[in-house]
Amino acid sequence: MSLIKFEDLVKIYSLGEVSLKALDGISLEIDNGEFLAIMGPSGSGKSTFMNIVGCLDKPTSGSYYLDSIDVGTLNPDQLAEIRNKKIGFVFQGFNLLSRTSAIENVELPMLYNGLSAKQRRDRALEALKSVGLEGREHHHPNQLSGGQQQRVAIARALVNNAPIILADEPTGNLDTRTSVEIMELFVKLNREAQITVVLITHEPDIAKFARRVIHFRDGRIISDEVKSQ
Amino acid sequence: MINIESAVKISFRALRVNKMRSALTMLGIIIGVMAVIAMLAVGSGARKAIGDSIAAMGSNLLIILPGATTAGGAHMGSGSAPTLTLMDTEAVQKECPAVLDVAPMHSGVAQAVFGHQNWTTQITGSTPDLLMVRDWKMQEGRNFTDQEAKTAAKVALLGQTVVGNLFGDMDPVGQMIRIKDMPFLVIGVLESKGQSMMGQDQDDAIIVPFHTAQKKLFGVPFPGLVRFTMVKAKSAELLDQAENQITKLLRQRHHIGPKQDDDFTVRNLTQIMETFQKAVSIMTILLGAIASISLLVGGIGIMNIMLVSVTERTREIGIRMAVGAKIMDIRLQFIIEAMALSITGGAVGIIIGIVISELIARFSALPVLVSIWSILLGFGFSALVGIFFGFYPAYKASLLNPIDALRYE
Repeated sequence: MSLIKFEDLVKIYSLGEVSLKALDGISLEIDNGEFLAIMGPSGSGKSTFMNIVGCLDKPTSGSYYLDSIDVGTLNPDQLAEIRNKKIGFVFQGFNLLSRTSAIENVELPMLYNGLSAKQRRDRALEALKSVGLEGREHHHPNQLSGGQQQRVAIARALVNNAPIILADEPTGNLDTRTSVEIMELFVKLNREAQITVVLITHEPDIAKFARRVIHFRDGRIISDEVKSQ
Repeated sequence: MINIESAVKISFRALRVNKMRSALTMLGIIIGVMAVIAMLAVGSGARKAIGDSIAAMGSNLLIILPGATTAGGAHMGSGSAPTLTLMDTEAVQKECPAVLDVAPMHSGVAQAVFGHQNWTTQITGSTPDLLMVRDWKMQEGRNFTDQEAKTAAKVALLGQTVVGNLFGDMDPVGQMIRIKDMPFLVIGVLESKGQSMMGQDQDDAIIVPFHTAQKKLFGVPFPGLVRFTMVKAKSAELLDQAENQITKLLRQRHHIGPKQDDDFTVRNLTQIMETFQKAVSIMTILLGAIASISLLVGGIGIMNIMLVSVTERTREIGIRMAVGAKIMDIRLQFIIEAMALSITGGAVGIIIGIVISELIARFSALPVLVSIWSILLGFGFSALVGIFFGFYPAYKASLLNPIDALRYE
């Protein structure tokens, strides 16, 4: 059984009179440990897809199984729990809490699953160490470079041992050299910790790091290539 | 679910970020709680003062005053006609079953002298039962006996103020003082009773036997005439019954026909004071209610700021939701934040309220009493205000769509 399975996924946004078909019958399976890049021009539906994979949004029709759970039947609190346990988000704009130190940002997901303060601290320190931010635990986001902020976000995604990392244009705000460093970090996590990485990007250079590349256009999959090692 | 300790920490951090704003928002609650505490303190102070003077006066008291004369159609007021006699007093004692004790009173003002010291004070003649009627205890020495009362012996009981002025630190019992140039033997000292409700010093008094006051000190138009009589009923429940029995007995004794007015007046002092106390209680509640309006206004201020805060922190809410915060987690965070504002404000308000009450007590004559009850009320009320006015902003925050919240600029 695959980790993620979509069957004929459709998402329609209705804006008053006009309705917009953002996703138009997506069927897809993603296995545990894959490194997948989703590419496509803006408006191709890749962000909508991302929101549905991340359990932030529900499809209009079709079904989505995550770890054999039918996500479409869950209520908002159950979705929150899935996001907490199974998915780590990495955003283009980092989305860290400003005025809050790196370690507290990393502790954030654990606030919502009942871990003790000591456990939270230990696991956050470990996660920061694994992304190479030892010694920066008490820096605030505005005292860190873009690359470092993104590393904090990755540590936050890792800290609950989620099997999936969803990265939405994670290098969009970074320079080329830092982008490569961040991508290498993803590759390492994928190889060493068997974390499934789903990456959204429109840069072919970034997509190169993935082993499987899917192209979206007008809410449909137009190509699905697996690179030979 | 987020644990409360973390939620409280997050709340206080959020409030510290906007120190000025948090302080100004709290000010509404501070002023409200402060006003409630100070108002209740003044109110309960007044109530306690009245309660104290009821206790000091003696419980279950009635006063019989001789009745009003009518001179040329003008009522002269109660006590103006000499209609009450010692015989009446004795009859009341004997024939009214609801009456415990009776003390006829005859008093006047005179100067008492001891050595080189002199002091002008109220001198009251009564029976030995007076102490019992007024719940007045001896501090040292003894009360005068029935024998001394009957023979108009020149013995005196002194109040604390008189002792202080005439004797200083000396033991007065057994000493002779002079009143109106007559020697009196001090046989006892009374316990302190404090001020009466009218602010009169009740310890500024000398008590002598009734006949001594009448025959030797002040004189009367005819013997046995009583200025007024204090009566103690057997219990608070029997006060009304005692009043009726006295009225019936005295009307009979004075041969008053069914259509004629009484030539005496029976007053229930305890009742009068209790009525007064009740009025003060109502005033206190009223003042507290007015003060709590400012608490309400403070609460609206909190709601206002919390709504602004939710809007400002939409992205934060989105991030929290994305990493797994449930609806209740978000609600709890904002309600606790509102409560942190209101309870902190409440605590500061309580402290300032107590300080202000102390200042009122120090710089005005008003008695002030800050009760635990009013502190708990202020605290509980401010917590409630936080929950009540924090709920809507928290509810609004929890209903945000995480996708929109994350994109919010």
